[in-house]
Amino acid sequence: MKTCLVVDDSRVVRKVARRILENLDFEITEAVDGADALTACRGMMPDAVLLDWTMPMMDGLEFLRRLRLEPGGDHPQVVFCSAENRPARIREALDAGANEYIMKPFDGEIVVAKFAEAGLL
Amino acid sequence: MRDEDLDFLSALVRARSGLVLSGERGFFAETRLGPLARRERLASVSDLVARLREQPGDELARAAVEAMTIQDTSFFRDRAVFGALARHVLPTLMAGAGGRPLRIWSAGCGSGQEAYSLAMLTADSDVMPLTADILATDLSTAALDKARTGLYTHFEVQRGLPIRRLLDHFEEADDAWRASATLRAAVRWKRINLIDPLTGGEPFDLILCRNVVCSFAPEARAAVLRTLSAALAPYGRMVLGSGEFPPEGLDAEGSAPGIFARPGTFSAGAAAA
Repeated sequence: MKTCLVVDDSRVVRKVARRILENLDFEITEAVDGADALTACRGMMPDAVLLDWTMPMMDGLEFLRRLRLEPGGDHPQVVFCSAENRPARIREALDAGANEYIMKPFDGEIVVAKFAEAGLL
Repeated sequence: MRDEDLDFLSALVRARSGLVLSGERGFFAETRLGPLARRERLASVSDLVARLREQPGDELARAAVEAMTIQDTSFFRDRAVFGALARHVLPTLMAGAGGRPLRIWSAGCGSGQEAYSLAMLTADSDVMPLTADILATDLSTAALDKARTGLYTHFEVQRGLPIRRLLDHFEEADDAWRASATLRAAVRWKRINLIDPLTGGEPFDLILCRNVVCSFAPEARAAVLRTLSAALAPYGRMVLGSGEFPPEGLDAEGSAPGIFARPGTFSAGAAAA
């Protein structure tokens, strides 16, 4: 079973994402911000990370840059999931090592499509 | 969203379309109605629901039901087919075309995602130079009007379109995304009824007609298949929906399910790939 770390400061989004991803047979762990997520990854590298951008403590982009420097940090496929939809900002996320990008609001079909693009399904 | 609002929306959708709101109902209904609420200059989806309760049966209700039930197709629908087109079919056809642009027909193009996917595939091809003349046809003028604008919602561009291709070939346009001028110029749109024989024009190297034949009445299917078959160049390839049967005289070509060609025009290599 593949593992996915869901990183979002919104409990509602984490809950929705968990339900969608559990239906796709992922084992889910959750983190509430980038710092929390980095700690989780140091404990166990997940196969996938669904990553919000704007969060307190450490934002998604900063987390991603640090993740890619960690031992084994190139393993997770990182799918950004953010309300940020300006092309220049999306490119910035891709340049930092994001594999795919979901623009909020999203639904189950979008998650399936994007995880397929990232080679996770 | 409150339960009584959800129940109201479910009843509205069912009464007006016969469809059932399913899955993550509340979340979907709310996210899909968000843009409509903004367009109506309402503060929230709850306000939109309140207005729908006050004014049942008007234009707003129709728009709300469409937003909640939209059955959109996707870009690069069926990844195996587009993978085979990029790796095997287009290079093979290009090699046989002697340098002229490939002639491609998206038959039953609906709102245009398939045609634009083909345009992106040819634009991004490693096989240089890969040029194509893409004709996209549909019976529905409304669908063609939408396709021609190249405008797709936030939800539509996230179905099947990898993020890099979105950034490379689309521009942000308010609440939506618009296919680039280059992409729009790559496709010609035309209203065509597939029951009628196609008149004029050169035969096509590649015809895609997926999940269209099955929507015709059984007696019309043969006519449609005749139209398609007659329009296919001798060495051409035809792509049908998975599970659809090819016209007489075409066999599975083997690079992906649903891709057909005339016997003797494809190699065993393609069949093994």
